[in-house]
Amino acid sequence: MSVQKPQGSMSGAFFALVRRDLLLAFRRRTELLFPVIFLLVVVSLFPLGIGPSPQLLARIAPGVIWIAALLATVISLDALFRSDYEDGTLEQFVISGHPLTLIALAKILTHWLVAGLPIVLMSPLLAVWMNLPSGTLGVMVLTLILGTPILSLIGSIGVGLTISLKRGGQLLSLLVFPLYVPILIIATAAVMASADALPYTQFLGLLAAGLITSLTLAPFAAAAALKISLS
Amino acid sequence: MTEENKSKQKPRKNPLVLFIHKLGSPAYFYRFSGKFIPWFWAIFLVLTAIAMYQAFFVVPADYQQGQSFRILYLHVPAAWMSLLAYSFMAIFAFIALVWRIRIVEILAMCSAPVGAAFTVVTLAAGSLWGRPTWGTYWVWDARLTSELVLLFLYLGVIGLYNSIDEPRKAARAACLLALVGAVNLPIIHYSVKWWNTLHQGSSISLMGGSSIDGSMLWPLLIMSIAVKFYYGANLLTRSRVKLLEQDMRKAWVKDIVREGK
Repeated sequence: MSVQKPQGSMSGAFFALVRRDLLLAFRRRTELLFPVIFLLVVVSLFPLGIGPSPQLLARIAPGVIWIAALLATVISLDALFRSDYEDGTLEQFVISGHPLTLIALAKILTHWLVAGLPIVLMSPLLAVWMNLPSGTLGVMVLTLILGTPILSLIGSIGVGLTISLKRGGQLLSLLVFPLYVPILIIATAAVMASADALPYTQFLGLLAAGLITSLTLAPFAAAAALKISLS
Repeated sequence: MTEENKSKQKPRKNPLVLFIHKLGSPAYFYRFSGKFIPWFWAIFLVLTAIAMYQAFFVVPADYQQGQSFRILYLHVPAAWMSLLAYSFMAIFAFIALVWRIRIVEILAMCSAPVGAAFTVVTLAAGSLWGRPTWGTYWVWDARLTSELVLLFLYLGVIGLYNSIDEPRKAARAACLLALVGAVNLPIIHYSVKWWNTLHQGSSISLMGGSSIDGSMLWPLLIMSIAVKFYYGANLLTRSRVKLLEQDMRKAWVKDIVREGK
């Protein structure tokens, strides 16, 4: 593949791509809803499986909501580059001359807006279902705001590596879940600390640090993964 | 030859650089590694025999844990090796991605199953030790949990490598995953450690004095050295088989088959 001289500015390409992907996502509204519905179904299974005791549900609420968020993210991740890979758009991105890292970052941002943000917006409902103490709802939402972008960022590396496989989705979960372990631990610790009236800002700080680190490193790794998959 | 070419050729005369370049050739690597493998196996067997004899017959039973502490002589070297194998894999993966040397790609990928096996041994030995000591096979303590996550990381690398058909592309994808895992591993380790600090404190440290008696310690150190030779022998054997498999129709493989060794 020969790389062309890039047309237009980098920020122009970035926003054009975000706009296009959002447009594409909103044209397929039912698909857009799948991860959210999945999230609701998974969380509703826990009271059915464990029993409706309010104290028990309140105790496990942070973990359940966060695990459901992880699962919903991984379900939606496969769509991150899939259609662009299958119709050859991804190769066009590579030869467009714009850095692939920037393109990966634009795709990740769109993925978070489409799949991560709905989780954040749904979390108050989930918190009511799981009987989460109302005082900790704010912390829950904050951990999701800081944490779900990390899920999209790390997940994009896994998607980049598995994109050339026909059934990459199954492998993807094996690749990314171990990498999600620290986020799960820190985020649920923050919510539990706030439920026990303990200081929790240090956990939010750790999550923010994780967000900044993955924001600076993950797009490069995702771009490298895409290049390997396209070779 | 132009002036520029001459200056480019110069560094090759350094014997070490020349040797490294030679090692990159499959035929040379195959023959060179073949010389080491019998020695590695022999050293491994001798050291293991010494360490195991000491561990089972000479070292007295622990006054608290009784006989069950002898699992330590398998558990601890395997645990060290499982981490060391991951570091080796990550270093090989980095070299493979930067310089694209096929042999190093193979070394990185052959390191994964050996490391995963050590992780399984660590987990199995740990839970067998846990039964008499903690009264249960499995406890979600920090070190067992991070070892489990390490196993998942290994399985991810192996799974990705085996799912992509084209061997070199598969190796490069899995190498990148190994590197991402290596960046994450300390974060995972410390988050899990902090998440649960139930485990008894680490009783062997290289820096300070260790709380284990000297007579109990030295078979452990011998065993951990033996395990390293096992890793080396296993890694080289696997890599040689992989090389033969990939280069099935190449001239150098035919030469080796003709020579019959």
